[in-house]
Order: sequence, then C-alpha cells, then structure tokens
Amino acid sequence: MSSAEFYTLKVNGVERQVSDAWVGESLLYVLRERLGLPGAKGACEQGECGSCTVFLDGASVCSCLVLAASAVECEIATVEGLNPDGTLTDVQEAFVTEGAVQCGFCTPGLVMAVHHLLEENPQPSELQVKEALSGNICRCTGYGRIFAAVETVVNRRNGASS
Amino acid sequence: MSTLKTRRDVLGTSALRPDGAAKVKGDFAFTSDLNAENMLWGATLRSPHAHARILGIDLSAAWQIAGVEAIVTADDVPGLPTYGLISQDQPVFARDVVRYMGEPIAAVAADHPETCRRALAAIRVEFEVLPALTDAEEAIAGTFAPIHPDGNLIRHQRIVHGDPEATGPIVVEGTYEVGMQDQAFLGTEAALGFPDHDGHGVEVHVATQWLHEDQKQMAACLGLEANRVRLVLGGVGGAFGAREDISLQVHTALLALRTGRPVKMQYGREESFFGHVHRHPAKIWMRHHADNDGRIIKIEARFVFDGGAYASTSSAVLINGVTHTQGPYRCANAVVDGYAVRTNNPPCGAMRGFGVVQACFAHEGQMDKIAAAAGLDPVTVRLVNAMTTGDTLITGQVVESVAPVERLIRETDSIPMPPPLSETPDELELPGGSGITSERRHIRRGVGWGVSIKNLMYSEGFDDYSTARCTLTDGKVTLKFATSEVGQGFVTLAPQIARSVLGVDDVVCDTIDTNIGSAGSTSASRQTWMSGGAVDGACRLVRERLFERVGAEHGIDPIRLAIDDTDVVDTVGTLRISVKDATAGVTISEEFEHHHRPTEDLDENGQGNCHVAFAFVAHRAVVDVDPDLGLVKVVQIATTQDVGRALNPLSVLGQIEGGIAQGLGLAVMEEIIVDNGRVRNPSFTDYLLPTALDAPDVVARLVEEPDPQAPLGAKGVGEPPCISVTPAIVAAIRNAVGRDIPRCPVRPQDICL
Repeated sequence: MSSAEFYTLKVNGVERQVSDAWVGESLLYVLRERLGLPGAKGACEQGECGSCTVFLDGASVCSCLVLAASAVECEIATVEGLNPDGTLTDVQEAFVTEGAVQCGFCTPGLVMAVHHLLEENPQPSELQVKEALSGNICRCTGYGRIFAAVETVVNRRNGASS
Repeated sequence: MSTLKTRRDVLGTSALRPDGAAKVKGDFAFTSDLNAENMLWGATLRSPHAHARILGIDLSAAWQIAGVEAIVTADDVPGLPTYGLISQDQPVFARDVVRYMGEPIAAVAADHPETCRRALAAIRVEFEVLPALTDAEEAIAGTFAPIHPDGNLIRHQRIVHGDPEATGPIVVEGTYEVGMQDQAFLGTEAALGFPDHDGHGVEVHVATQWLHEDQKQMAACLGLEANRVRLVLGGVGGAFGAREDISLQVHTALLALRTGRPVKMQYGREESFFGHVHRHPAKIWMRHHADNDGRIIKIEARFVFDGGAYASTSSAVLINGVTHTQGPYRCANAVVDGYAVRTNNPPCGAMRGFGVVQACFAHEGQMDKIAAAAGLDPVTVRLVNAMTTGDTLITGQVVESVAPVERLIRETDSIPMPPPLSETPDELELPGGSGITSERRHIRRGVGWGVSIKNLMYSEGFDDYSTARCTLTDGKVTLKFATSEVGQGFVTLAPQIARSVLGVDDVVCDTIDTNIGSAGSTSASRQTWMSGGAVDGACRLVRERLFERVGAEHGIDPIRLAIDDTDVVDTVGTLRISVKDATAGVTISEEFEHHHRPTEDLDENGQGNCHVAFAFVAHRAVVDVDPDLGLVKVVQIATTQDVGRALNPLSVLGQIEGGIAQGLGLAVMEEIIVDNGRVRNPSFTDYLLPTALDAPDVVARLVEEPDPQAPLGAKGVGEPPCISVTPAIVAAIRNAVGRDIPRCPVRPQDICL
C-alpha cells in the first residue's frame, strides 16, 4: 500500500501520531487499526447503526463517516476515554446491572450515546430517550433493558443531586 | 430464626454477565478486534451474477499490485472442494459456474484492506451469464434444467395422519408468504488465522456458533487431519443462526497457510449480506376443516421453502416447518406436503425459529379465519383447540413436554391493555414517527394474537450432545466447554450451575475452543438444556468425588453428605466443613457428555418421534395503523412464555424482548428484496431494522412448570419469543384495517392499495 500521510490526532486528551497512513482511512479505521483503540466498532459503514460512535469536539458522530485526516484539529473522545482510571461510569455500570448487554457489539456506541444524551438533557422523557438512541441499532436486546439502564442512571443522578 | 447470608449468584438469580464490564468499556475482544504481528488482511471476490458460467479467471493484473501476497481460487483448495452442514454441496470457491449473486470466486491476502479492494477489482473474470432459476415452483415442477449436480429439489416430505378424507362444516383456507429475513447480527463475520510453523496446520480464531462443526468442515477442505485445525472462539457479535454455516473459515485458513503469515478476514456489512444464509422465504397454503365450535378436524397444507443455491440446513428447516403445521393445537387428521428447493436466489438456512416462524405465520392466520367462521373471538378459538401434555402430534409423536398452552393464553389475556392513543400525541408516537406524516384522526388501533409451539434441540436422529469439564481445586471451579457464547449468556449460566451444585462462589470459564469435545451448536434453543446439562453433569461427578473424599476423611458414608450454601454438611450428623477447606490442596476434575434422548427419522408418511422436546409461548399485539399511508406503530406486546424454570430471570427477559424485536422486524419492515436473483438492499440503509423508536412496550410473564425431561428443569428460551409475535402483529394490522393481509413483512401497499 503506497501511503505517505503523517498527522496528529488528539484522542482522549492525548496527542497521537499517525504515520505512513493512506489518506482515505476513516477515523474508525485509524482509531482501531493504528491507535489500538478498538472500542468503537464497525458494523454498517454507513452511519446507520451507531456502533462506531465517538465525540468530535463534543458532538456525537459516527466515526466510520469521518476521514481521520480531517479530524486533526478536533478533540476526539472514545469509549476508552470515559473511564481513564479503569472504573465504570454510572452509565456503564447501569448497562451491566440492568441487563442491557448481550453480545455487546453495539454497547460501546450506545454507552457513548447515553452519555451524550444525559449531558445534553439530564431529564429526558421516555420518548426523548428513544429518539436519542434511535441512531444506535441493537440486535440482541430489543432495547427494553437499555431503556431501563438509562432510567436507572437518571434516577441515581437525581438522587445524588437532591 | 433467620440467618443473614450474602446473596450468591446461584441458579434462579439474575446473576450478571461476567463479560459485562469488558463489553461496556470497549475492552472485550470481538474477533474483529484481534490483531497479530506481521498480519495480512484477506478479502473475497464474489460473483456479480445469480447464474453464470465462468469462462476464465485472469489474476495477472491483481498480482502486479504491490502488497498482494496471495491469491487463491478453486484450484488452490487442497482437500474437499465443497462443504456444507448436511450435504457438502457448496464450493469453497466457484470453479466453472456461479449459482448465486455473491458466491465466492477467489480470495486475496494483502498488507492493507485497501490493497485487497484494489486487487479484487483487478481480477478479471469472464462470465457467460445464464438464465437464473428464481421461481421455487419451477424447481418443483422440474421445468428448469438442474442448476446443480444434486438437482433442483433439496427435499420433499409428506405427512399423512389420521383420516385424510375427514372434513367439517367450517372450511377455511389461505396462502401465506413470508419474506427473506436477515439475521443482521451487529458484529459481521470475522476470523484470524495463524499457520503452524511446519505449514501443516492452522489455528483459527473465529466468531461461530459451532466450533467442532467448523473444524470438521475446514479440515476436510484443507486436506488436514482434524487435530491440525484448532479453533478458538473469538468474541461473537450476535449470531441468530447466521454463523451455523461456514463463511470465511476455509478462506482465512487457506490464505494463512499459503502466505505463512497470520491473516485476518472481516466482512463489511454489504458482504455480510452475501456471506451468510438467510431465513427461507416461504409460500404456504393451508386449508383447515373445523366443527361449528371451531375445533380443528383436519389440516391440509403445502409448504414451499426457497433454499437458494445451496442446501445448507434447508432439509431440516423443511422438517421443522411441516411438523409444526398444526401449531400448539390438537389436530387428529392431516395431509401435508413440503418442499425445500434449490434456486439461484441467495442460500437460506438457519435463523432463530428455523422453519417454525413460517409455519406459525400460516397456522395463526388460519386460526383467526376459523374464529371468524365460527363466530368466536381469537382467544376462544385458541383455548378451544389448545394442546396439552400427552396430546399426539400429526407426526404421531406424543407431546411429553410440559405443554401449558391454555395457561399461556389466559395469562396473556389478563395482561392489561395499553391506554388508548392520546388525542394529542407526540408525533413520535404516531405510525411513521417524526415528519408529521400521519394524522391522529386517521389512526386505527388493532389487536391480534399469536401462539406457538417450538421444538428444542436437533431432530431426526441427530445426537447433538454436549461436553463439559469441571475442575475443583482450593475452593475454586474452572469450567471448560466448547459452547459458543454469542451473547445469549451461557458464560453467565454455567458458573451459576457450578455454584449451585458445588457450593463455591469462585467460578471461571476457561477458553472456549476445540481442546475438549463438541458442545454442539448454539442454536435450536438448545444450549441451556444441552451444555447446561453437561456442566451440571460434570459438576455432579465432581461433587460425588468430593463427598467420597470428605466421607473417607471423617468416617461418614458419603450418601449422608450434602452441599448447604458453601459447606459440605452431614445431613444426619454435625459435620460442617466449607468446600474451600475440604478441597485445600486437592484437585478433582471430571468430564461429562450430556446426550438428549434419541429421536427418529420421519417415515414416508411423516410419522415418527422426530423431535426431542417442545416449548410454547403466547403473544398479543396492539398496533396503531394509518390505513391511508400504510404505516404501522406496534404499541404493546403482551406475552407469556413457557420456560420450565427461569435459571436467570434477567437473561430470560433479555431473550424475550430481543426476540420480540426481531419478530416485529419480520412483521413490518425486514426483508431482503431479491429481483431475478439479485439482492437489491444489502445495507443497513435499505434493509430496515427495528430501532429504539420502533420498540413496543413489552409486558412479559413467565410460566415456570419445570420440565422433568430437562436436566435443570429449564426449557430453551431463545427462539419462542420471535415466533408467534410476527403473526400476532400482522393479525393486529388486519384487525385495525379490516383487510386480509397474507404476507409478512407487511408493506405499506399491503395495507393501503
């Protein structure tokens, strides 16, 4: 593969060098195959399923649709950056305890989507939750336990703040 | 008196997944996440035609591309050129002819996925396009020249039971169609192969449902002894039947052996649509004869399953379909003909529900027609006919399983209905969702029912046993099995079993690979029963040895010993010693194979004890429909499932909710559109899957009547949820709009044109 691109990405607060890369590589590919961050998953390559969800300057995006080289000026956040100390976030813990994980392939993307939702809207209605997560396809759970996990997080955060 | 005990994750509790934390953190290693030093990427060249002769393959331009390390075709397959689960009729690579769009022709290994893509584009294949056989009826009629040496008919099975001339005052008939559904697991096919240093063996990490079957088929095609093909389960991103057949296994191993380097293959979504079998599209005619009270007297039926270009499991899917013609209802007389045929359409095989989904869609449509003719409601007609334990099926087999059909229907009927649609709903609550396409005043609500029976385990004489080993040392248990964990949660259940049987809390599951006997496939709702039975058996053997040891040490007859919580206790004395202390410095290891009772082939009249056991479920659907736009919103699914015993209630609920979503998909949106053998929608943009906004409220109840034949009293719970929910939703749509809709998925034009 003839390739000669060298650039720097800022991922989870750390500057990462990308060397000798083909310019056509997606952000998903570079995160997974060049930077050793496999948390974002590829499942549709069309931005339909949300498995590859990452944050770009705080916006939730499908990394399969972003050219890696175009993200050089951005703050990139991946699921690996949610818990730098290795503990689970409240969203991650609720996914485990509420049974929102089966095969788990969609899970990192959904965890990112839920964090993003609750950041933007700490008290979402049931319909707002469904709408916010409708870009993330889960084939195993039928979504019921995922909704339960979101409800658990909202209730815990309410309890903690009251 | 009460004893304060820490809750232990034993059977019956909602123990949490041991892989849950890794999965939410993105740390869990799915097969597509695996890498190796010096690794190459592999990719597959596929046929653009449904049926064509291959006149020549020119690889020269592809070899010119820098970074290409290997190109293999049919000429490079050292062993058996074909593979298959039941008959080995599918080529590893097409040689002279391609029989479906997407059939593999060649594979390349190169330094980068993009190099692979360019190499595939540079391979020149000269085709002579042939007329495609795409009409299943032509395959049955014999009017199309055989497209395969094995012929165009994969299997015909007849069932004749009771009095074929019987009839009744009520006669209703219908012809039903079920579309081709995709399993659409999120984690596409992936494998990483490592060649042995001597070049005469290979280790492949793969996402599969059945390691040992893959191993057997791969070894045959690679021309290697089975022990030179070692398989390790890579993390699996869902399965639902699509990983029962070989996909990229042989190709990956071949490229690794050819290059002497690790090779990874991973399908993209479009390729995944071509890389695995789908749910059979089916056309089913049924005519029911009933008395004036709506009791079934006789059923006549004709099933046609389009198996596509290769046999896969079509013959078994056919048998499941025809033997479930009657549904969960008594029927004394039947005449059934079923055909599974070969065409140039995409190959079809296993998907959750395995032939019973199609049968159920037809028989439930018929039940509503009987109800209408007899002046009954949908619940009464089903109660009047509900089968029970001891009833005889149209195959002559007696249902020995617990069969609480009446209870399932009554409990589901007692679940409260959802509130009516608000007069001022949010647009997201309307059929079609946002975009304000539907208007509240146009919406009609409908209610429909579906009830089903599903066989568990494999059928027709197949001994799909499972193997497990239990090793107890220093109060810690290690379990070893080859049971594919595809998301269903066997890695949660197996430790629960060990904790219950052995009184230990520290249980780990060893690597899932072929370094132990087969576990059979993670399919047919069978692993809780079969591998659960194997783990239970191995743990019980270890417990016997433990009791012998403790008994000998303390001069107690081992028969007096039992496990109480985490201790060994003398049931008629005072001895109490923790399992941990009793096994300090000691290792006890036992292996156990669990076999289900034998089954039989069907005879030429479809008679025989061909199935092992059965599970049952009832669904009631409530839908809102816009009859002008043909849009549907599924509001609520009420369900009661016969589970035998809920070994992990949270996991059971997950299976129920997930299965319902897949059944909803088949009811109203999921279909692979095939036009003259060409797949028109191989993407998640065009193949529609239920999203969070499509998920209905699910109200689920369980009936727990432990099945005496099941090792743990528990029935498989994976398939039933997706079976009768589809006809329930379609019945609800019919109820809302007052039209006879004989097919699924229901399209807008089926409702409003």
